[in-house]
Amino acid sequence: MANKRVDEPTGTETVGHEWDGIEELNTPLPRWWLWTFYFTVAWGLAYTVAYPAWPMISKGTEGMLGWTSRGQLAEELSAADAARQTVAEKIAVTDLSKLSGNDELLQQARAGGAAAFKVNCVQCHGSGAGGNQQLGYPNLNDDDWLWGGNMSQIEYTITHGIRQPGADMRQSAMPAFEGMFDSATLSALVSHVRSLSKLEKPNAAGAVTYTDNCAVCHGANGEGNRELGAPRLNDAIWLRGSSAEAIRNQVLNPKMGAMPAWGERLDPVTVKMLTVYVHSLGGGEDFVEEPAAPPVAEADGQE
Amino acid sequence: MAKSSPQPAQLYEPRKQVHNKRIDGPFRRFKWFVMAVTLTIYYGTPWIRWDRGPYAPDQAVLVDLANRRFYMFGIEIWPQEFYFVAGLLIMAGIGLFLVTSAVGRAWCGYACPQTVWTDLFQHVDRFVDGDRNARMRLDAAPWTWGKVLRRGFKWTIYLIIGFWTGGAWIMYFADAPTLVYDFWRGEAAPIAYITVAVLTLTTVTLGGFMREQVCIYMCPWPRIQTAMMDEHSLLVTYKDWRGEPRGSLKKAEKNPDAFGDCIDCMQCVQVCPTGIDIREGPQIGCITCALCIDACDRVMKDIGRPRGLIDYATLEGSKREAAGGEARPAWKELLRMRTLVYLGIWGSIGFALLFALGARSHVDLGVSPDRNPPFMLLSDGSVRNSYTLKLRNMTQAPRDMTLTLEGLEGARFWTDSIPIEDAARSITIRVPADATQTVRAYVAAPVGTSQQDFDFVLSTGGERPESDTNTTRFTAPGE
Repeated sequence: MANKRVDEPTGTETVGHEWDGIEELNTPLPRWWLWTFYFTVAWGLAYTVAYPAWPMISKGTEGMLGWTSRGQLAEELSAADAARQTVAEKIAVTDLSKLSGNDELLQQARAGGAAAFKVNCVQCHGSGAGGNQQLGYPNLNDDDWLWGGNMSQIEYTITHGIRQPGADMRQSAMPAFEGMFDSATLSALVSHVRSLSKLEKPNAAGAVTYTDNCAVCHGANGEGNRELGAPRLNDAIWLRGSSAEAIRNQVLNPKMGAMPAWGERLDPVTVKMLTVYVHSLGGGEDFVEEPAAPPVAEADGQE
Repeated sequence: MAKSSPQPAQLYEPRKQVHNKRIDGPFRRFKWFVMAVTLTIYYGTPWIRWDRGPYAPDQAVLVDLANRRFYMFGIEIWPQEFYFVAGLLIMAGIGLFLVTSAVGRAWCGYACPQTVWTDLFQHVDRFVDGDRNARMRLDAAPWTWGKVLRRGFKWTIYLIIGFWTGGAWIMYFADAPTLVYDFWRGEAAPIAYITVAVLTLTTVTLGGFMREQVCIYMCPWPRIQTAMMDEHSLLVTYKDWRGEPRGSLKKAEKNPDAFGDCIDCMQCVQVCPTGIDIREGPQIGCITCALCIDACDRVMKDIGRPRGLIDYATLEGSKREAAGGEARPAWKELLRMRTLVYLGIWGSIGFALLFALGARSHVDLGVSPDRNPPFMLLSDGSVRNSYTLKLRNMTQAPRDMTLTLEGLEGARFWTDSIPIEDAARSITIRVPADATQTVRAYVAAPVGTSQQDFDFVLSTGGERPESDTNTTRFTAPGE
């Protein structure tokens, strides 16, 4: 660095670099800047002492203030809970049948239910509650309900689950008919079941087998039985598919869905909110006693 | 820290405090007029009342951020109509082009808020400290109690003006009388106090202390303006071919032929609010307020020479005059292709906005189909789609709106508040005044319906029937 000299116009020493006639002045950092820098360093060090910071062999330093991110989260959660408490209390004391008359509460419940649904229910029923036919999870948007679709029936289903042990369980089982029918009888039966919903022409031989074996649960015309959770067979909605093969499998070796009893895991208010949400998806039924399922002929009339 | 030279060269010119002298004349009076009009509009507008009935505020101009409405006299703008504001901003931009290409920096000289408030503060200076000479003496004087009191008094007036300015600003965002009441009781929103504090500070700093420095160093507009101007733009010009060489009145009387009309009296410099010398030619500091024209004309009259040594002129005209010709009249310079094109664009946007304003509908329908699941089968085999509809009523009274399906043969719909048994092709919904109603609609089409487009039509009856149509898609199983 040979060419150090003092710059005439500014009176500042140059650092000695020169490039194309341009020289760099040796201007030191301003004092205030340095002090700010020293202060930030000191602040940073103090911070690592006060808060969890340094990684050690098995765990990090805990800090002098006793602050933890989990502790902060817990605080924020309890604050949020407290904020929701008023609404939750109101929902808790309001009867389901009265809820639909209270717009504000209904909206709160629906929003809370939507959130709870996203945490607890989407794994099976899908994020849009559209279900999954391959795996046999029911669509909750449509107008077909295995165990009933008014608010109290939905609440009961959510609380006690399906095919879960417990005093108030929703329990039913479809027998496996494996080995009971010969191949021709089976084909005729499947044919008849499909004819109930107009998928095939009527099959007299199948109808006999059906009346003998199936009608007790599924009804003479396949109208189902909500007491038993026996699906309607004379509508267009098939939980596990409407193909002959799917129906044959379901007769020989039926799959039966199960649903956890959420009453054991969720508080009653959450269950209530979930009920409101599921009911609001578009398929929810009124509290009036459901009339018997209309015969298929009626559906024909609409076509 | 090696500093050998005791007095390093200054790289920047230090600021010279501008003490502009009082002047009267046609341009000064015009400036007074513009100042009175603009300040009256700014401070007064929020207090104008406008009856909109029981469902809307009665303030004539109100930016209601909380409810997302913008009221301007008889016009109410919703967020989705923000293009009106965008259009006005574009008009303001092109208006600046138009004014600049025609008369140079007239905006800067008369209407710019910085100019108006600087002028206001300069009058305060004159009121408290006296005119130019008195102010210069006081500036140079030591800090006696008298000076401290005087300065304290002046800065208090600055603060009051600043506070008023910030105070008037927040009035545009809330009901003015209520806000004033709440403000003094300490019950207004924190943002109101913060805004007033910030605007008081900036007004006092920019208008009271920085003044012409804002125009010269901070404002980008003078730099852009050079692109807007050409040799036909009217600018404040010193006619050097007439004025030079300068000589004092005494010298010029002794030897009239050796000197021009400029007697170097410096009046043009002393009255200038930005402290420039116009005789040095067009420059960035000149805001074309034309106070120097007033000053020069007065001197010319006193010494019996023709007015207009400093005058509005075009570069082109100046050249012609210098060569001994006649400058074209100003109105001919104003009506030329460039200004006419700007005027045309400006006017077309204005007409388009007016047309849109007259033709806009006060109902609006937004439709978004639910995509999860896209469709579902009902037990009778029909297919159901769900839609979220937004029904907007932009009038000040509740309205019954009829929602109808068009297309999609055989389909019926119901909503989240109307049971499936009442499904129909046409449903009437009451929408509250000045509100958006969100409705979930379930549309079921018979077995065999294929994927297709259809319309939701929203229509209102009453004295002024209006409607809005929204085309959407019906999704069905199959290909």
